[in-house]
Amino acid sequence: MFVKHETIEKNAVLLAVLTTLTIAIGGIVELVPLFTIETTVEKVEGVRPYSPLELAGRDIYVREGCYTCHSQQIRALKDEVERYGHYSLAAESMYDRPFQWGSKRNGPDLARVGGKYSNDWHYAHLANPQSMVPESLMPRYAFLANREVDPARVARHLRANKTVGTPYTEEQVANVAADLAAQADVNAEPDALAKRYPKAVQVQGDGRRVTEMDALVAYLQVLGTMVDFTNPANEKLQQ
Amino acid sequence: MAENNAAGEKDSVTGRHTTGHEWDGLKELNTPLPKWWFWTFVATVVWGIGYAIAYPSVPWINTYFPGVLGYSQRNVVTAEVKALEAQRAGVMQKLKAVPLEEVKKDEALYVVAMTAGRVTFAENCRACHGAGGEGRPGYPALAGDAWIWGGKLADIQQSIVYGIRSAHPETRMSQMPKFGADGILKAEEIDQVSDYVMVFYRPGAPALPGAAKGETVYAENCAVCHGDKGEGKRELGAPALRSSVHLYGDTRAAVRAQIVNPKQGVMPAWNARLDEATIRAVTLYVHGLGGGE
Repeated sequence: MFVKHETIEKNAVLLAVLTTLTIAIGGIVELVPLFTIETTVEKVEGVRPYSPLELAGRDIYVREGCYTCHSQQIRALKDEVERYGHYSLAAESMYDRPFQWGSKRNGPDLARVGGKYSNDWHYAHLANPQSMVPESLMPRYAFLANREVDPARVARHLRANKTVGTPYTEEQVANVAADLAAQADVNAEPDALAKRYPKAVQVQGDGRRVTEMDALVAYLQVLGTMVDFTNPANEKLQQ
Repeated sequence: MAENNAAGEKDSVTGRHTTGHEWDGLKELNTPLPKWWFWTFVATVVWGIGYAIAYPSVPWINTYFPGVLGYSQRNVVTAEVKALEAQRAGVMQKLKAVPLEEVKKDEALYVVAMTAGRVTFAENCRACHGAGGEGRPGYPALAGDAWIWGGKLADIQQSIVYGIRSAHPETRMSQMPKFGADGILKAEEIDQVSDYVMVFYRPGAPALPGAAKGETVYAENCAVCHGDKGEGKRELGAPALRSSVHLYGDTRAAVRAQIVNPKQGVMPAWNARLDEATIRAVTLYVHGLGGGE
């Protein structure tokens, strides 16, 4: 009944077959849940793909390495919930490629920073953090206000996300430039943008050009705001 | 292998059995694992099996085995937060029930309110208004007595709950027209009225050349909100101009810029982020920073 070690060791083909089988079992156990992930990530109302400006801002967040000092994950621990609000849900970063959970907190967690401060504050704080928080260790990012966002690049980025599964609609893909401009200009007509991207926050761009600063602020202002935790439909968030 | 060594050949030096394997005359000793190591290993295997049964462990096809104890970090934190709320419930209920003006009379309650207020202020308000409520350019000081929307407890509470120019429908809202950017006033009129406003800003200093004409422009355009004598109107959120405290700077250039294309600060509504009792605590704390009326 038992195949002896000696038999396996002396038979190269049998050794190869059994080795493959052993690795395959481990692989299946790890991989199958990923194939069926649609059903393992909880359904949460409100989470939507990033608007073009937020997506561009997210790129800058990654490029500047914000994640090395800021986490975006409120852990399910009492102290964290007390300070930052409802613990983060997996679904809230379902359109993040890759997610920005992070593991280091030189600065505060940013998972629910959206809406906590005004747009003006973010512009002033990014340009010179110590002007707002004197004891802050954060470097200055004033140069972002001098760098323009290229709409064509954002459009390509958005299409790439669609290719790998982010559910952007054709309408959203077709209106990248318009949405980008509308969200960066607080005086622009917000209706079309709000229809395509609910809760998108218009930021204080000058209306003539879209800067990386505008994009980053738009991204920060949407963090953690998509899910309405006062909505009873979202009450049952246990897996 | 031991079973290939049924004859029980022993190594002459150590006296142990050999495995029977031989490589160029070298033979492998069949030394058994130390007992303590072997049983520790068995114990970890048993522990591992028990742990996998008790706690969430094995992934199924589209869910996972939740473990017989039904442990979930989310349930734990929910229970912990509930317990914390229950622990605070007595005093927080009281804080909600007692009129704000009377909290101070109950010393124990006031201490709790000030502590909760201080902690909440540090986490949420400090970034704009400063650690001691000293304010920043564009962000009003809370420790002084120059209030835009009023410094009574009820005024402060309303500002915190609904915010200022926030997204909340009941937000406090004041909108100074863009006298320059929207072409309401001519450039020379703006210069004149700027000169006139400097009279409020620097009482006693010699009047600037356009001040006399500026007075008329002021009376026709500005006085309705900022008052005939620049005293401001709190119910409209129009700041006092006859004051030594100015949100956006006290130079003539700052005044002119604010008339041409005014900056309009925004404070978020906090009723979504903070509960009612906590907002009352912050209200009392802000009121107690030095400028409360």
